[in-house]
Amino acid sequence: MVEEISFALSEEQKMMQDTIRQLVQANVIDAIHQWDENRLLDKQAVQKFWELGIIQSMIPEEYGGYGMGSSPVLHTLILEELAYGDMAFAVYAMLPALFVLPVVHLGSTEQKSKYLPEFCHESYIPATMAVNELSVGFDIWNCETKAEKKGNSYILNGKKCFVPLADEAKYMIVVAHYEGNPHLFIIDKEVKGLSVGEREKNCGWWALPTFEVNFENCSITESDKLGDETAINWLIQRTRTAMAAIGTGISRASYEYAKKYAKERQQFGEPIASRQSIAFMIAEMAYEVDAMRLLAWKAASAIELGMDANRESFLAKIYAGEMTMKLTDYGVQILGGHGYIRDHPVERYYRNGRSIAICEAMAII
Amino acid sequence: MIQLVTPDYIKTLQDNMHKLAEGVLRPISRKYDEAEHEYPKELDMFRGIKVMARPKKKKEGDSSASGEEKKPKRGANLGMVVTIEEMCWGDAALLLSFPNAGLGNAAILAVANDEQLERFGNKWAAMAITEPGAGSDSGSITTTAIRDGDYWVLNGEKIFVTCADRSEVVVVWATVDKKAGKAGIKSFVVEKGTPGFTLEHLEHKLGIRASDTGTFVLSDCKIPYNNILGDPEVKMSTEGFKGVMKTFDNTRPLVASMATGIARAAVEFTKEQYEKKGYVFDYKKNLSNVSAVEREWYLMDANVEAMRLLTWRAAWMADNNQFNNLEASMAKAKAGRYATLVTQRCSELLGPVGYSAQYLAEKWMRDSKIMDIFEGTGQIQHLIIARNVLEMSSKELK
Repeated sequence: MVEEISFALSEEQKMMQDTIRQLVQANVIDAIHQWDENRLLDKQAVQKFWELGIIQSMIPEEYGGYGMGSSPVLHTLILEELAYGDMAFAVYAMLPALFVLPVVHLGSTEQKSKYLPEFCHESYIPATMAVNELSVGFDIWNCETKAEKKGNSYILNGKKCFVPLADEAKYMIVVAHYEGNPHLFIIDKEVKGLSVGEREKNCGWWALPTFEVNFENCSITESDKLGDETAINWLIQRTRTAMAAIGTGISRASYEYAKKYAKERQQFGEPIASRQSIAFMIAEMAYEVDAMRLLAWKAASAIELGMDANRESFLAKIYAGEMTMKLTDYGVQILGGHGYIRDHPVERYYRNGRSIAICEAMAII
Repeated sequence: MIQLVTPDYIKTLQDNMHKLAEGVLRPISRKYDEAEHEYPKELDMFRGIKVMARPKKKKEGDSSASGEEKKPKRGANLGMVVTIEEMCWGDAALLLSFPNAGLGNAAILAVANDEQLERFGNKWAAMAITEPGAGSDSGSITTTAIRDGDYWVLNGEKIFVTCADRSEVVVVWATVDKKAGKAGIKSFVVEKGTPGFTLEHLEHKLGIRASDTGTFVLSDCKIPYNNILGDPEVKMSTEGFKGVMKTFDNTRPLVASMATGIARAAVEFTKEQYEKKGYVFDYKKNLSNVSAVEREWYLMDANVEAMRLLTWRAAWMADNNQFNNLEASMAKAKAGRYATLVTQRCSELLGPVGYSAQYLAEKWMRDSKIMDIFEGTGQIQHLIIARNVLEMSSKELK
């Protein structure tokens, strides 16, 4: 039974949104340009986010967590706010969830007691997921990383890219093809045959260290397979919605910056915002940001109700993918030449925003 | 708490309205597109049905109280946009031809006094605002109403009046004092058959042909003094005019839902046709690994969903007594524009099937175009949105 529809945030949702907004305002907005240029963010800011206990809340009490469960809608709000500051920061801060949530939801009792307690500490614990591959038009349903059954083990072979914090993370979840379907495997980074490559140079996410990870006859025990063949479907609904939320955050940042600039920038003796050619772009940005957000909210609502959200999450992601490109482009265009210079953040939004339509699973709700 | 999954009571409404649209409107969709100006007599079955209700008077202080959490309300606006989307999936022009459901009826229900409601409440009422020289700039109308004892005498020309032929009364916008500008604009109920009130001609249109659009000439047209809607006094402010324009906050989402219904019809038909050719649409897929046709289709599907959600939000806000001027324009701007883009693209993807009058896709492309024009063009909507979010006046942003 679905009784009511509501477009309004609850008090709890508003409070969380405010908290993250303030955290981003105080720790990210002024610092992000330097982080981006230095290719490294300040881990203090990530630690501050960690201390809010959002990730620990997802872990049941018996494994040392707060046992608050997890709300996909709430995570969608959190991701939008984080990504409003910076996508690299958003992925970085929420990265442990990409490991923890699948273990909580799909893991066996053994897996839960083995891994979850490690994430119930006062300091940020990096853990990651290896999904994407450096192939033309990468498709998660046809990934080239393969798993083979050999006795009581799975043997993994392949190469992943865009694996955030692969150098620091102790554990990762790997998506690999097995018996015609992509499956999830938990991997301890110390496993023989796994090697982390040089840090990647990407178009965007400069403040986020990502790596290529090689698997060469990596042997993992049977008990480290996570869930069954339906696991991937469980995963992509949540990661696609998360990507949509990130796209909404980046687009909103682009929109707000361009809007402010257009009112301040004087040409021909008046603000450029008083020209319809600029004003109409800003109007379009305003409603497209809202549309992206509503699509993400709808997908998150469906997941929250335990419904199948294949359609909703897919539409949210592809819409956000297209619109983030359009809106970050508008941001640069409205600033003109200034938008092309790295002193203004719109070029960073443009670089980061491009990835929404390309990548699967950089975050989860 | 945010919850955007379609609730069960809305699903039931959708199902019921869909059956009606499929059973009654679709079968006669092409017939009345071809028989332009002919009254769709099949719609007489709706004559007794109360499509519109008098809006409840809002209590003071009933507006959205921030801070405390309130349960979302079920209201007429969301039900209306859901109904309209289904009906326009059937046929938008036929929906516009539903008896006693004209824009004029909405105006009468909203502002008529009890005596006027008694006289006009059960009559089919059209709305006459636009003039040859006043389109989007409805504040510049020149039709005059001069007081003459117990009467008003109206003079002017009104164009693009929907339900011009079929309606029994027309709500006419006229100025009682040109010098007063917008403050002088009032609306009057003019009954058909009043001397000096002539339906000059009916238009031949690109689309929504089943809906009769016409031009009226008012030449010393004398109507009873009591036919004025609202306050007859000219106040030296534009509050009255703004009040009239506020009606459009409620009607813009209705047009947005019309646009959504037509676009959805085209998107669904395109999918069916491609499935017949062996295409498989599956939301698990990856956009970079599908054909160009599939990719376009998925993006259109996402756009229709975006149109719908923006529209539902605006309607939901109205139901929950929230000021939705911005959101109503957002819904109309997005849905109006994308209905055109989506139906054009469907026609293209369908090829000859999208162009032949044996099918309805070409008709949807023609019908949808009006959605970006009437009830305020897309450009006017963008202006409203831009002024709002940029916090600029109409003088600062022309």
